Amino acid sequence: MRIGVLAVQGAFAEHINKLRQLDTESFEIRQQNDIRKNFDGLILPGGESTAMSKLLTELKLLEPLKSMIQGGMPVFGTCAGMILLAKEISGCDSPCFGTLDITAKRNAYGRQLGSFRCTDRFAEKIIEMPFIRAPYAERVGENVTILASHENRIVAVRQDNQLATSFHPELTDDITIYKYFFEMIENRN
Amino acid sequence: MEERYQLNKELAQMLKGGVIMDVTTPEQAVIAEKAGACAVMALERIPADIRAAGGVSRMSDPAMIRSIQESVSIPVMAKCRIGHFVEAQILEAIEIDYIDESEVLSPADDIYHVDKSKFKVPFVCGARDLGEALRRIAEGASMIRTKGEPGTGDIVQAVRHMRKMNSQIRHAVSLNEDELYEEAKHLEVPYELLKQVHDNGRLPVVNFAAGGVATPADAALMMQLGAEGVFVGSGIFKSGDPVKRATAIVQAVTNFSDSKLIAELSSGLGEAMVGINENEIKLIMEERGK
Repeated sequence: MRIGVLAVQGAFAEHINKLRQLDTESFEIRQQNDIRKNFDGLILPGGESTAMSKLLTELKLLEPLKSMIQGGMPVFGTCAGMILLAKEISGCDSPCFGTLDITAKRNAYGRQLGSFRCTDRFAEKIIEMPFIRAPYAERVGENVTILASHENRIVAVRQDNQLATSFHPELTDDITIYKYFFEMIENRN
Repeated sequence: MEERYQLNKELAQMLKGGVIMDVTTPEQAVIAEKAGACAVMALERIPADIRAAGGVSRMSDPAMIRSIQESVSIPVMAKCRIGHFVEAQILEAIEIDYIDESEVLSPADDIYHVDKSKFKVPFVCGARDLGEALRRIAEGASMIRTKGEPGTGDIVQAVRHMRKMNSQIRHAVSLNEDELYEEAKHLEVPYELLKQVHDNGRLPVVNFAAGGVATPADAALMMQLGAEGVFVGSGIFKSGDPVKRATAIVQAVTNFSDSKLIAELSSGLGEAMVGINENEIKLIMEERGK
């Protein structure tokens, strides 16, 4: 299993370290040449969604990655990654990939003073969830499964091959969500 | 507070691989965000103008900072004077995302820095070497940047600071554990922080480059030297074509080792800021706050 980690900006190294701990091969995606190799899954890390969106367009990565996602490539977006996948972003006219049928609210918990850590249920397990200037899903489409909510806000969702969380599993010791993502990849193969 | 500090270090991790741009108006903030900045630094005058104007340079008007906060969705940072904890309290009160306790402004205290551990909002501080970096972290900084020499467009000091820090980190890694006590004394830093550097081969927080970055090549140079991201102060809005230059610097930071791309990005950018070299300046900002 090889996983490509979008590395145009943000906390991509944290995902790569985590994948290394889990003995999973990964590589950085910074430009078009990088996606000529074969890979089985894609991670969109935390960072600034506007910066990443702009770089995806300029480095001509947006369309090829979008068609891979539409073609069934398993993808996992954390925080900014959730915003990149969202079909709608409230207060913003232009979505990035726009493949995940949710409306994402950016900086939904306010500025940095609103950042927090909590524990809550993901699927059947209680896990740690760090939220950093995080978004949440204000609306989800019919085909979207809600995998986690915290204080009545939707913070983890799945639609077919797409998984997204508002929080950062790469900043915790828990591997539940990575295992979940690996299963999505294995079931596709 | 421990958890808050962790979250603040983690916000800096989210900024990695990005460019933080100095802006003086909401219009400039929007230009910076559209060009792909990962955060903006709101200030009344950019360092080059502070240098030209002389006199005492203070925290910006909170109303001006607020207008920038309202115009963008990316994090907004602002500067307080070294040691001016009330300016820092004001910035915390308006919910700034990061405070830069900065040598660019006139220091308010020539001995003590702000006790940053008393604040909930994160702080970034400048450093010229490992000793300064670890002292700022001990005071509660959750992000470090090189000081460089702000407002000059001259990269030499930032390079000097980054190289020195890296070389001191390599030295700390090479020491035996019993030698670390002596090195901590020598650097005038807490042993525990030096031990972390020894164990991990890096600073305990994210480290950006700042001070004198004017071109995509400057930005890529700092990234190749090990910076985790770049602050650009006067370099963008003092240049001939800010939008083009800002966009080019952002891309150069992402693909900092692709020389063909950087050659392209460096082409036809218009005039860079004029710049001023270190032998021509009277005011040495990097010496503020040790």
